[in-house]
Amino acid sequence: MENKNCIIKTEGLTKRYGSLTAVNGLNLEIREGEVFGLLGPNGAGKTTTILMLLGLTEPTGGKASISGFNCTREPIAVKRIVGYMPDNVGFYGDMTGRENLRFTGALNGVSKEETEKRIDSLIARVGLQHAADRRVNTYSRGMKQRLGIADVLMKDPRVVILDEPTLGIDPEGIHELMALIRQLAEEDGRTVLLSSHQLYQVQQICDRVGIFVKGSLIACGNLEELSRNKSGVRTLEFAAQPDDESLNRLIRSLDGAQDVRREKDFYLIDSTQDLRTDLAKAALEDGYALCLVRERGGDLDDIYRSYFARRE
Amino acid sequence: MKAAADFIRQGTQWLHTASRFQGSRGDARGNTGLMVLYHKELEDQFSSKRFLIVLGLIFVTGLASVYSAASGIHAAVSKQGTDFVFLKLFTSSGASLPSFLTFIAFSGPIVGLALGFDAINGERSRGTLSRLMAQPIYRDAVINGKYLAGLTVIAIMVFSIGLIVGGLGIILIGVPPTAEELARILLFLVFTVVYMALWLAVSMLFSILFRHAATSALSVIAVWLFFVIFMQLVAGIVANALFPVSDSANYAAMIHNVNTQQALSRLSPSVLYSEAVGTILDPSARTLSSFLLTDQIQGAVAGALPFGQSVLLVWPHLIGLLALTVLCFAISYISFMRQEVRAG
Repeated sequence: MENKNCIIKTEGLTKRYGSLTAVNGLNLEIREGEVFGLLGPNGAGKTTTILMLLGLTEPTGGKASISGFNCTREPIAVKRIVGYMPDNVGFYGDMTGRENLRFTGALNGVSKEETEKRIDSLIARVGLQHAADRRVNTYSRGMKQRLGIADVLMKDPRVVILDEPTLGIDPEGIHELMALIRQLAEEDGRTVLLSSHQLYQVQQICDRVGIFVKGSLIACGNLEELSRNKSGVRTLEFAAQPDDESLNRLIRSLDGAQDVRREKDFYLIDSTQDLRTDLAKAALEDGYALCLVRERGGDLDDIYRSYFARRE
Repeated sequence: MKAAADFIRQGTQWLHTASRFQGSRGDARGNTGLMVLYHKELEDQFSSKRFLIVLGLIFVTGLASVYSAASGIHAAVSKQGTDFVFLKLFTSSGASLPSFLTFIAFSGPIVGLALGFDAINGERSRGTLSRLMAQPIYRDAVINGKYLAGLTVIAIMVFSIGLIVGGLGIILIGVPPTAEELARILLFLVFTVVYMALWLAVSMLFSILFRHAATSALSVIAVWLFFVIFMQLVAGIVANALFPVSDSANYAAMIHNVNTQQALSRLSPSVLYSEAVGTILDPSARTLSSFLLTDQIQGAVAGALPFGQSVLLVWPHLIGLLALTVLCFAISYISFMRQEVRAG
């Protein structure tokens, strides 16, 4: 490895299904101990990439390695250090949560005493103490997801891969799950790779994100890097009451406003400088009540949308 | 045998470790997967309702047929003599029910099918397969573990039924089996295990090929119906078309017709099984050919074949059944290795 810090690495990783290219020449480097979010709409190739990383499907071209092990050639060595939670994670319904974890421990060759010790601490960690000895059939979706996290941690992995971990859980559950995932990196020093199409959650916990569209990684970096990537034009969203013709004139007459557009019930103002204070002051002086003053580009939603807009 | 297999596996594992990782850190884990899976599957099978249903089905039909055979045994003995009277329990049919043998040939496949039809696609639809495959185990360990567990269940089931039915037989007719009869019954039970295990392999293959348990169950039942019921009809039709017998004096045509029919129907595992166990349990069966010319039996001493000779007669059948099992396994391996494990 050239870079000691980099634990997951793909070079030109490609997967084709017939004429469909699911993953196209993916070059990705994920550093040890970071939380990396793989973002993209459904069908963008996120799951396929993960499957290739685990050696569960063979790449058409390129290669991937985790901690120096070739993912295609040495899948067993890779799976020994990588914990993977698939989307729609399933458990044996007629076994209890504890029994399911015990089975995973046994498959990983963890000794009996160590298994019991880990089960107890993991169940406490994911907050399933009350349900550990109930059959998994009786679990709710969120509980299964938490059991999934415990299951992934049974083998004490260096790398944790979570495919759509937040799918189908309620907001409260998502919040807890996100905190838990963040802990994995911060307290345990594990590397976390998670895929999602839910931007808001991802931006809360990820150190870096990769945006995946139609099999290609179109952007990769932390939030600042991604928003800096844009052309330097800042866009302000603005709305005030009463929404009349003189408001329109006021905005257009503002110094520095380059392009003013109307979108539904608010204005979009392009500028190279920060217009927020000036505009708000002018509007207030004229007796308007401010409804919306927001600069675009600050969060992942906007970044995501801007990349999409550029692609299409 | 298992010890030997383990030893070989460990040996290759060691080589693998030495050549690739240089380090020695716990690489023996790779093959613990098989045993862990085997134990879990065994536990699952024995605690499943499906197992109880199948066991009940075989037990009830087995007991009923043996009881009926025992009550008709006086008639059989007075007709054919008292030689090997214990074996007649298994082969003779009573007044209203077919023989134990016929029952097993017919319903044995059901056991194999029931134990295996959702082996892989069941895991897939529950979403546990992808979690399983993310563990450091070889992919074939999943198939092997499940198959070995099914095989164990079948063996236990068959031998316990054999013993119970035999015990009932002793009570009913009051004649204990001779050593040779015992040996023949044991071989019959071994054949039965092999036969059911073949159907287990077939149903597991289907569970890999089809995504839904219902599809694989239906198709495997179709295969069963075809081989158990229709194969002989088809064989007859094909033989008649190829070698029509219009003149009863045309012996050549008749021989061709019968031989073709027999060869074709032997493609069916249930025909193979019935022929084989029929021969084992009936020492007076001297040949498997459907008919003999008079000069072939000229000079033959009437009487029962010794055990060894009966075994010799059915040896090819055993090999045939095992070969079919291996074939199913080969296809299973190949298709499972090539499949992508995706959740949902």
